[in-house]
Amino acid sequence: MRRQIEGSRAIAETVARCRPQVVPAYPITPQTHIVEGLGAMVKAGTLAPCEYITVESEFGAMSAAIGASAAGARTYTATASQGLLYMAEALFNASGLGLPIVMTVANRAIGAPINIWNDHSDSMSQRDCGWVQLYAEDNQTAVGLHVLAFRLAEELSVPVMVCVDGFVLTHAFEPIEVPDQESVDAYLPPYRARQVLDPDEPVTIGAMVGPEAFTEVRYLAHHQLEQAIEHFPRLADEYAALTGGSLAAVSTYRVDGARTVVLALGSVSGTIKDAVDEIDEPVGVVTLTLYRPFPVDELRTVLTAAEHVIVLERAFAPGAGGVVSADVRTALAGRQTRVSTVVAGLGGRAVTKASIQAMLADAAANRLPELSFLDLRTDIVEEELARRDSAHRTGPHSQGVLRIAGVPGSRIG
Amino acid sequence: MTTQGVKYYQVGSRAVGNRLLDPALRTEQASLERSNSLNSGHRACQGCGEALAARYVVDAAMRATNGRLVAVNATGCLEVFSTPYPESSWQLPWLHSLFANASSVATGVAAALKATGQDDVRVLAQGGDGGTVDIGMACLSGMFERNDDVLYVCYDNEAYMNTGVQRSGATPPAARTATTQAIGLEPGNPFGTGKDMPRIAMAHEIPYVATATVSELHDLEAKVERAMSMHGARYLHVLVPCPLGWGSAPADTVLLARLAQRSGLFPLYEAEHGEVTSSVPIRGQVPVEEYLRPQKRYAHLFGDPPRTDILSRLQTIADRNIARYGLLPEEA
Amino acid sequence: MDKPFAITLDVKSSLANHTGTWRSERPVYVDGLPPCSHACPAGEQIQAWLYAAEDGSYETAWRQIVNDNPFPAIMGRVCYHPCETACNRGELDTAVGINSVERFLGDEAIKQGWQLPASAATTGKRVLVVGAGPSGLSAAYHLRRLGHDVEIHEAASQAGGMMRYGIPTFRLPRDILDIEIARLLETGITLRLDARIADLAETMRTGHFDAAFLAVGAQLSHRAYIPAGQAARILDALSVLSSAADGEQPKLGRTVVVYGGGNTAMDAARTARRLGAEDAIVVYRRTQVQMPADELELQEALDEGVRVKWLRTITQVDEGTLKLEKMQLDDNGVPQPTGEFEELAADAVVLALGQDVDRALLDTVPGIAIVDGVVQIDDAMMTGCDGVFAGGDVVPSTRSVTVGIGHGKRVARHIDEWLRHTTARPPNQLGTRTPVAFGQLNPWYFNDAPHAMRPRLDLARRTADFTEVVGGLDAETALYEARRCMSCGNCFGCDNCFGVCPDNAVLKLVGAHSYAIDYDYCKGCGLCAAECPSGAIEMEPERS
Repeated sequence: MRRQIEGSRAIAETVARCRPQVVPAYPITPQTHIVEGLGAMVKAGTLAPCEYITVESEFGAMSAAIGASAAGARTYTATASQGLLYMAEALFNASGLGLPIVMTVANRAIGAPINIWNDHSDSMSQRDCGWVQLYAEDNQTAVGLHVLAFRLAEELSVPVMVCVDGFVLTHAFEPIEVPDQESVDAYLPPYRARQVLDPDEPVTIGAMVGPEAFTEVRYLAHHQLEQAIEHFPRLADEYAALTGGSLAAVSTYRVDGARTVVLALGSVSGTIKDAVDEIDEPVGVVTLTLYRPFPVDELRTVLTAAEHVIVLERAFAPGAGGVVSADVRTALAGRQTRVSTVVAGLGGRAVTKASIQAMLADAAANRLPELSFLDLRTDIVEEELARRDSAHRTGPHSQGVLRIAGVPGSRIG
Repeated sequence: MTTQGVKYYQVGSRAVGNRLLDPALRTEQASLERSNSLNSGHRACQGCGEALAARYVVDAAMRATNGRLVAVNATGCLEVFSTPYPESSWQLPWLHSLFANASSVATGVAAALKATGQDDVRVLAQGGDGGTVDIGMACLSGMFERNDDVLYVCYDNEAYMNTGVQRSGATPPAARTATTQAIGLEPGNPFGTGKDMPRIAMAHEIPYVATATVSELHDLEAKVERAMSMHGARYLHVLVPCPLGWGSAPADTVLLARLAQRSGLFPLYEAEHGEVTSSVPIRGQVPVEEYLRPQKRYAHLFGDPPRTDILSRLQTIADRNIARYGLLPEEA
Repeated sequence: MDKPFAITLDVKSSLANHTGTWRSERPVYVDGLPPCSHACPAGEQIQAWLYAAEDGSYETAWRQIVNDNPFPAIMGRVCYHPCETACNRGELDTAVGINSVERFLGDEAIKQGWQLPASAATTGKRVLVVGAGPSGLSAAYHLRRLGHDVEIHEAASQAGGMMRYGIPTFRLPRDILDIEIARLLETGITLRLDARIADLAETMRTGHFDAAFLAVGAQLSHRAYIPAGQAARILDALSVLSSAADGEQPKLGRTVVVYGGGNTAMDAARTARRLGAEDAIVVYRRTQVQMPADELELQEALDEGVRVKWLRTITQVDEGTLKLEKMQLDDNGVPQPTGEFEELAADAVVLALGQDVDRALLDTVPGIAIVDGVVQIDDAMMTGCDGVFAGGDVVPSTRSVTVGIGHGKRVARHIDEWLRHTTARPPNQLGTRTPVAFGQLNPWYFNDAPHAMRPRLDLARRTADFTEVVGGLDAETALYEARRCMSCGNCFGCDNCFGVCPDNAVLKLVGAHSYAIDYDYCKGCGLCAAECPSGAIEMEPERS
């Protein structure tokens, strides 16, 4: 039954139906509504048995999750932005130990300058931490991905991060169908840990491994993570059969016959689809839900006909350029396909249909550079760069830019 | 007239065991049934106080819990010397995650055990002083204030020994470390620095806080036993001499722990809900010099001329402990 | 459980890592020589019997004693306990009251009727023991245990020698003496009383003896020439003690002077007090430091009102008065006359200047050499006459009951070897090893527990009669006292080594209070040795 509810609420209810046994929670905008919702359900007794732990930090949250998972409990937490970075060390540890923790990341920019709005800088910064990364295009997908995430995590004994755009999705009220308890129970069997802290069968978990075996451990972790690519379609099919919900590791829109394809992760994909609907030239859209492991073969297949792939990214690697585009280029290695990186929507800047259409027009006119920043206010940066050229020592880059702009250059879109 | 039976035993209460003692009064370490939770083959240095203390503590906890115990370990010497692939020395379910998070991981384990209905299984977290008073302090404080059902044990050897003897927040004044060299006007670790973790724990008003050493085994085991009889957050701070970091003879590990206690520099006490409930009186007080002199980390205090000014400041610290915890009660 | 590679390990897997290879020194368990045993003239394994007594195994403890010394109850009364002087515990608080525990065990044996061990199979050899004093009885006991036929010939009408005729009853009640001698004889020893031997060779021939042990003692009081008036009353200490022992009441007068500084002098002075002397004064020519009497016996004498005049010699004895010359120690500590004299009122003078050996029998034995009044013996305690051995007060040595008993034990072994024509005997380890010193112990582990003083007779009662002065310990106190033993150099099962090893490399052996080092894992840190309370573990350089 579809209900008009907030995305965070839908996620919280979905997670609750997955029957997590331990939820360590530390609040950070824009993740708060999710953990608040779970906390209320535990307090009310509607989510039981479940231990809800109000930890002292995200590092503590992930650490408690590690302990809980290793002790055999289905474990969930949520975070965002700085919080994700604060638990970075523990993220690598959770995956290294093969603990099937599921975590929602309410995507948000990383400071400085501090910024609470949405982009993918946080989760992209942790793309190599050994977790599965799933990006939700909309709240209905987010709901489904959470259910699938538990199943995937526990089948493979790897942790899964479900990335949901902060505010854009987490705070959006829209009609969402949360799968019923029976369906979720049917889909998700009770958790049986691959290895567990058990006095009846004591083992040492978390040994120190030296050069003689570290590479093999890493190789095996990589291999294990890659299994997600094979597992995903089967789990998505099962999910669809039970709930009618549609999930795909890679989904396509109007790619047939399109020489240009825009590839994106998360909610911006909807705007891009709207934008391409309104232009004459056929432009396809590929939405990447499974980012880690990277579904190389599937991408190569869906991009077989594409001559120009524009990767629209909500994050970038300073000093290098695109993050996702680098992976796409690797995936298309050996082909003549042109790949452009368009960095868009940083720190909550709205990505509008008009801007996308303008960008696509540039692309059609062969004016799109290999790396560009959508809606970059060139007047500001040019003035600032000119000022810098004339003064050796200036304040922080961001302060200079804000002084020129005069106003916070952002709004929630 | 009341009569009193012979209570005097050949080695009193200080030896590990004694054939003359009722087995129930002997230490767990005297028992053939002890768990040997930390088993032979570990790679701790000769005479390692931490290895000794870890077995003492965990074995006692194993006895108290009837073997239903899970241990979580912070990064550090104890973790490194006990679990280098492919050999583990642990004989109980044991988990190492990171340096700073042993307390939080233990919190998670405890939560999982509760949520999965394994109420009989108890949780012990352990780490060195660096992992406890410095990098792990935030998580530990959280574990305390939430009153999570974990006994956290700090094996305090008063510096970062695993990385090569650098100063920690538990390094005592005047001690030489690799980052507080014995040079300059105030050689060694500066006075007026460092933190008193047991008192910080007490400030959280958790159910139980205690200090112990490897020299007072009966006392240590009684404290573990007491801790395990309670639920909620409990903290045990164990002084563990480190031959490597302290520059002491491996055979002197127990002796130095004893002298630390007898000098007053390391007071033994228990506190419940923030209030000190008991302390172990010093038997045979010794001046701090007696404790400091065998340790090379204090060698700069015993040069020619000796730094009597610094020794006197250290004695003042011992005297303050003695007064604060009533370590020298009036003779009856 | 599906354990991931390398990250998760099995328990016990570290046993594959043999850390024993790190070792440069290895701990070894030793059985050190406790200073008490080292000092014991009777060669008692004191630490061993205290160990048994500590857990109340009194019979085991007693049997350990009588392995070396058949007279625990007598020892517990008359021994001057050099063991206690040597006891390392004296450096911690006060020495263990070994002697009082021995007495407790001796008395307990009498109470319980414990019997001495049975003898070995008979050898068919016959040994003649001349003299039923401490050394003779001891030798007879040990020879009998070795399977020999033993016959004791005693000149006196009762057995005991100096134990009967030289030690006052307030130190050694005669019932105790009688019981322990009777128990000894019950092992199958023949005792002939009033059997003074005139010709040793003849006696051996007619009695078909294969060997003889001369233990005739030194019973002639040493006479010193002192000018004396006709009415002067001068007695010798042995006859005073002997008469008192026989229940006679020799009349000594109100003021009695005892001349001499040994234990016999103390016994004589204390006996004089009991015989009615209001004033008993010991005159000794040196100082207290040089006095040969046992410190404890001097103290008991002083407690009973005996006075001592130091640095005096008696130069003249007349009726009712003595003339004393003051002495002065020269630079060598030798007393020299000063020419200063003083008078002292005395009804009698008792001479306690030592005893001499009666040569009557000895002179009949061919080959025996007598030098300075004592019989010369070789390392095997044999005299110049083949098959004739000698010991106790007739040979050069300290003269005490305990020494005599020790001689008896030693000579029994030598005679046995001689009879069996064996010479290969184990080296006398007690003689060559160094006793464990206090510094080798870890005294921290021993509680401060004061010496349990044996109850003493009330002073006023003491001098009134010959009741035994020193009482025995009760069982609880004896147990307490035994437990004060620090077990120098010997493991007593405290589990410290088992506990303090950071590598679990000390194994506790099931069913025994003993341990073993697991050298596969021992890193040689030395903690077990350092924390061993009794110094029973030593670190030895590792053999490469």
